[in-house]
Amino acid sequence: MNIAELQAYGYFALVVFLVIALYSYIYHLYSTDKKKGGHDYEKFSNIALNDDISDAPVSPMSDDKEK
Amino acid sequence: MENRPLEYDYTVAKMFMFTTIALGIVGMLIGVILAFELAFPEINTILGQGLAEYTNYSRLRPLHTDAVIFGFTLSGIWATWYYVGQRVLKVSMAESKFLMFIGKLHFWLYMVGVVAVVASLFLGITTSKEYAEFEWPIDIAIVVVWVLFGVSIFGLIGIRREKSLYISIWYYIATFLGIAMLYLFNNMEIPTMLASNAAGESGIGAWYHSVSMYAGTNDALVEWWYGHNAVAFGFTVPIVAMIYYFLPKESGQAIYSYKLSLLSFWGLMFVYLWAGGHHLLYSTVPDWMQTMGSIFSVILILPSWGSAINMLLTMKGEWQQVAASPLIKFMVLGSTFYMFSTLEGPIQAIKSVNAIAHFTDWIVGHVHDGTLGWVGFMIMAALYHMAPRVFKREIYSKSLMVSQFWIQTLGVVLYFTSMWIAGITQGMMWRAHDEFGNLAYSFIDTVTVLHPYYAIRGVGGLLYLVGFLMFAYNIYKTMSARPVEESELQNASPMGA
Repeated sequence: MNIAELQAYGYFALVVFLVIALYSYIYHLYSTDKKKGGHDYEKFSNIALNDDISDAPVSPMSDDKEK
Repeated sequence: MENRPLEYDYTVAKMFMFTTIALGIVGMLIGVILAFELAFPEINTILGQGLAEYTNYSRLRPLHTDAVIFGFTLSGIWATWYYVGQRVLKVSMAESKFLMFIGKLHFWLYMVGVVAVVASLFLGITTSKEYAEFEWPIDIAIVVVWVLFGVSIFGLIGIRREKSLYISIWYYIATFLGIAMLYLFNNMEIPTMLASNAAGESGIGAWYHSVSMYAGTNDALVEWWYGHNAVAFGFTVPIVAMIYYFLPKESGQAIYSYKLSLLSFWGLMFVYLWAGGHHLLYSTVPDWMQTMGSIFSVILILPSWGSAINMLLTMKGEWQQVAASPLIKFMVLGSTFYMFSTLEGPIQAIKSVNAIAHFTDWIVGHVHDGTLGWVGFMIMAALYHMAPRVFKREIYSKSLMVSQFWIQTLGVVLYFTSMWIAGITQGMMWRAHDEFGNLAYSFIDTVTVLHPYYAIRGVGGLLYLVGFLMFAYNIYKTMSARPVEESELQNASPMGA
C-alpha cells in the first residue's frame, strides 16, 4: 500500500468518525432536553432578546460562585 | 460622571461602520468599472494609453475582490462584533481600558494595512495568488491585526457576565480560528532576497517579493483549500453570526430552534473544510480528492439549509413584518439568497455539471448571488439595525430604504440571470465539436455572443452600487435625524418618513 492509498483510507476513516460524532451530538442535544429533566437549550435565545446591560443574564457567571 | 449608569461603548463599532461603508463604495465601484470593461473593452484605456497600466482589468481585479472581501466584509464583521459581542456577553467595553485600547489599535493598524494593500495592488505588486495577493510584509501586518481581533474576542469573553456563549459568539470564534489557520498556511512564502537560484545567485528581486513555499499541484490544493474556506469563514460563518443576532432582535422573535442552530454550527464546521477540492475538478490533483470535494460540497447543503431554514422559521407567524419593515425584508431576502447559493454551489460541484460550469461566467454569477444577495444585504441590514442604537437617532428614511431594497434586488437578479445564460452558453460553445472532433467555435465566437449579457451584468452591478450609495446617504443622514428615546429601541428599529 502506498502513501496515497493510506491517505485515502485515513480520510475515509475520519469521515466515518465525524459522521458518528455529529449524529451522537444530535442525539445528545435532543435526549438531554428540558422535558426529560435535562438542559433547556431554547432559553439561550433570550440572550439576544434581553441584551440590555441592565437585563439579568440568562445564566449569570455568579452562579458558579454560589455553588 | 461617576453616577452615570453603565452603557455599552460603541466607539470601535462606529469606526468599523465607517470603513464598511467607505470600502464598500470603493470595492463595488471598481467592480462596476470592471463589469463595463468586460462588456466594452475600450474602457480599459479610458484615461489614455499612458495610464492604461492603472485602469486595465487585470490591475483592478484584485483591488475589487480584496476591497469587498478584506475591506467591506471584514469591516462589517468587526463593526458587528464590537456591537454584538458586548451585548450578548452583557459587558461594556467601557469597563476595560485594555480592551478599548486593543479595539482602537485593531482599527488603526487595520487602516495601515488597507493603505498598504491599496497602494501595493495599484502599483502591481502582488504574489499573484488569488485572494492572497499581498506580499509578505503586508501578510505579517494582517496577522498582527488578526491577533488583536482574537485578543478582543477572548478578552471580552473573559470579563463577561453571561456565562453561556450565544450562538453568534461561536460563529465569531469560528471566523477567528478558521481564517487564522487558513491565512497562515496559504501565505507561507519565502522572500526572494533569502533565496538563491540554480546558478547560485542570491538576493534576487525586490525586498518585498516572495515565492510560495508550495509548488505546482500542492500549491493549487493549498490555495483552494484557503480560497474556498475564505468563502466559508469570511462570507458564511460571520454572516450567519450576524443573522442569528440581528433577525431575532429586530423582529422580537426567539430563534425558531436553538438546538438546530447548534447542530448546524458543528455540521458546518465539520463539512466545510473538505469541500475546497471542487475548485480543482478535472485537474492534476488525485481523483479521490476531487470526488471527496464533490461529495462534501453536496453534504454541505444540510448544515447551510439548517441555518437558513432556522432563520426563515424564526419569522413564523410574523410574516407581516416582512411587508412592514424594509429591515426585515433585507434579512429575509438575505437568508433566501443564502439558501439559493448554497444549493447552487453544490450543484456546480457535481463533476458532470462542473464539466460545463468550470471557468465560465456561471461561477461568477454564483459568487455574486451569494455576496450581493446574502453578504451585502446582511451587512447593510446589520448596520441599519445598529445605526439608531449607536447614534441614538431614528433611521433617516424608511422610504429610501424600501427603494434601495428594490433597486438592489433588481440589480442582483439581473446580475445572476445574465451570468447563468452567459456561463452555460460559454460552457456549451467551448465543448461543441464536429464529427471529427474539431472544435466548432473559437474563443472570440463566445465573446461576441456574450456581449449583451456582459452589458446586462454591468447594469445589474450599477443598480446595486446605486443602492449602496443610497444606503451610505441614509446612514449619514441618520446621524442628524430625530433623537430617539431608549424605549423605542427595544426591537423594531425606529424609522423616519
